[in-house]
Amino acid sequence: MSILVDQNTRLLVQGITGREGGFHAEQAIEYGTQVVAGVTPGKGGTIWEGASAKHEVPVFNTVAKAVEMTGANVSVIFVPPPFAADAIMEAADAGLPLVVAITEGIPTLDMIRVRQFLADHPGTRLIGPNCPGIISPGKCKVGIMPARIHKQGNIGVISRSGTLTYEAVGQLTALGIGQSTCIGIGGDPIIGTNFVDALALMNADPDTHGIILIGEIGGSAEEDAAAYIKAKVKKPVVGFIAGRTAPPGRRMGHAGAIIAGGKGTAADKIAALRAAGVVVAESPALLGETMAGMLKRGAVS
Amino acid sequence: MKIHEYQAKQILARFGVKVPRGEVAATPDEVREIVDRLGGGTVVVKAQIHAGGRGKGGGVKVVKGADAAVVAATAMLGKMLVTHQTGPEGRIVQHVLIEEGLGIARELYLGLVIDRATGRAVYMASTEGGVEIEEVAANHPEKILRESVDPAVGFQLFQARKLAFGLGLTGGMISDGVQFLTSLYHAFEATDASLAEINPLIVTTDNHLLALDAKMNFDDNALFRHPDIKALRDVNEEDPLEVKATNYGLNYIRLDGTVGCMVNGAGLAMSTMDIIQYAGGSPANFLDVGGGANEEQVRHGFEIILGDPNVRAVLINIFGGIMRCDIVANGVVSASQQLGIKVPVVVRLEGTNVELGQKILAESGLNFIVAQGMKDAAEKVVAAAKN
Repeated sequence: MSILVDQNTRLLVQGITGREGGFHAEQAIEYGTQVVAGVTPGKGGTIWEGASAKHEVPVFNTVAKAVEMTGANVSVIFVPPPFAADAIMEAADAGLPLVVAITEGIPTLDMIRVRQFLADHPGTRLIGPNCPGIISPGKCKVGIMPARIHKQGNIGVISRSGTLTYEAVGQLTALGIGQSTCIGIGGDPIIGTNFVDALALMNADPDTHGIILIGEIGGSAEEDAAAYIKAKVKKPVVGFIAGRTAPPGRRMGHAGAIIAGGKGTAADKIAALRAAGVVVAESPALLGETMAGMLKRGAVS
Repeated sequence: MKIHEYQAKQILARFGVKVPRGEVAATPDEVREIVDRLGGGTVVVKAQIHAGGRGKGGGVKVVKGADAAVVAATAMLGKMLVTHQTGPEGRIVQHVLIEEGLGIARELYLGLVIDRATGRAVYMASTEGGVEIEEVAANHPEKILRESVDPAVGFQLFQARKLAFGLGLTGGMISDGVQFLTSLYHAFEATDASLAEINPLIVTTDNHLLALDAKMNFDDNALFRHPDIKALRDVNEEDPLEVKATNYGLNYIRLDGTVGCMVNGAGLAMSTMDIIQYAGGSPANFLDVGGGANEEQVRHGFEIILGDPNVRAVLINIFGGIMRCDIVANGVVSASQQLGIKVPVVVRLEGTNVELGQKILAESGLNFIVAQGMKDAAEKVVAAAKN
């Protein structure tokens, strides 16, 4: 069993006729993901072939029509920031159980409204925005992560970052340790799925035997995760928090990576995770090694 | 994005939020004219910089008459102001705000921020105005009232009344308070603010409610739909290298160390800074080239990093997914050739076409130090910076 995406995923790409959407749709197909539809308002009725001209994906004007005609069950959103919140809500309105929003730069007030909207659509889970997506190696890729570095296996990865996730995955794969599902929850302050939600999924997944949690400065999501882990998670968890050297008050790239009013420091997060039994790696170069060590010791409390 | 107090008050005034009578001045002559327009009596001269703590730092002076105002303003304009929030380097004061003097009966606090945990705007109010709110939160949390704004319906009048009564306002001041609170919220929402702080909100001796100070920060992600607010940006308040980087579309933050770094992705960039420190060095900057590490962006990145005279070595850490390592390598080689880089450059590449990228670096004839993995990269660059 994989988490959220697997060989049964029927993917719809919102923004497929754009440069990013088109490129990543083609990468997904090459990985073996079933891309069944694209949505670009005004281009409905056309066929998307991809840069290689090898594909035949029908394009629709609306998400509702795409779902009706193709049975798509997951959407990935490559829509520019001014229109991305609307795209998320359209996908939820069409009843999709999973929406993955890649877009970086959505205004915070828009995401406040999206979150409110999603509260009325409890059947829809949002991942992101400002995230690399989700991959269940060997089964399905929804997002922009490089497929090559992944290996099918039993370690779950949950991260606020994109390339730092690839660093962790690359280290695991090099050690022969595969991944069950990697979820990029995104770098924004207001996101659809937080660490706690993702941990619950991984905790319940019989094919996930260990978890790597990659956080960063800003907010209190890692502290909430620590509380959840302490109460509910018996699988080994390795953690890393980026931003120990970040100065307070500055936005470090990600909109959500900011130490404000003394809150959201790396030190506080690391302390909270350690108190919950998470083994927090001191260096980002030691993530794979640390998990390998825990698995070897059969570290299950 | 931050703006000055006088700009925040101008915005708030447009939304009907009561602010003191006042105008901004850039020269002593302008100060004199403003004091005359205000009636020539007691005025407050306030240095305009993007940092707090101005009062304690000597940047706020209450004076009587135009002559005294000119003296106070002259002491501030064009000079460095250091407060506990500016750091020792301080800020040069380009403008002063001249406001009517007011009799203050009470000092209150209002703040609107986004609560990440609930995904809502939250209104905070306290009777403890004129002090650092973090201190109140730490020592007297019960004195901070909170109202969470439901995005489906917005800030409701009953919520404004709860806060107004909770602040101890009485009589006719209740409706003034409700009006102030609702207007402030409208301003916050309409401008995509990330913070609106009124500290202090004053009750004057003749029972008027006014924002004595106003601080507004704006969501950078929303500036595309607020060109008027974007235009308020004051580049004098920012590090010149950071301004240059923004113009190139690069995400750069200057620190005070000796090891420059260029990375793709914010999380990887932060952890690169961290591992440099872990290896015994000190990061000189944060720089996320994002997904666009083509030759031009790599050259711009180098330019920015090398614009910092503290930098003694540079680490390039690229984990290429969509980005190909051979493209990055070509960019690093040509940038080095064009800029004539004198400091050691350590390159760590990983991901797509990594072998080809490393080959390009090795055959370039330039002295790149090639690293395998982040640990090796950090150790090599820290050693190079020490030499």
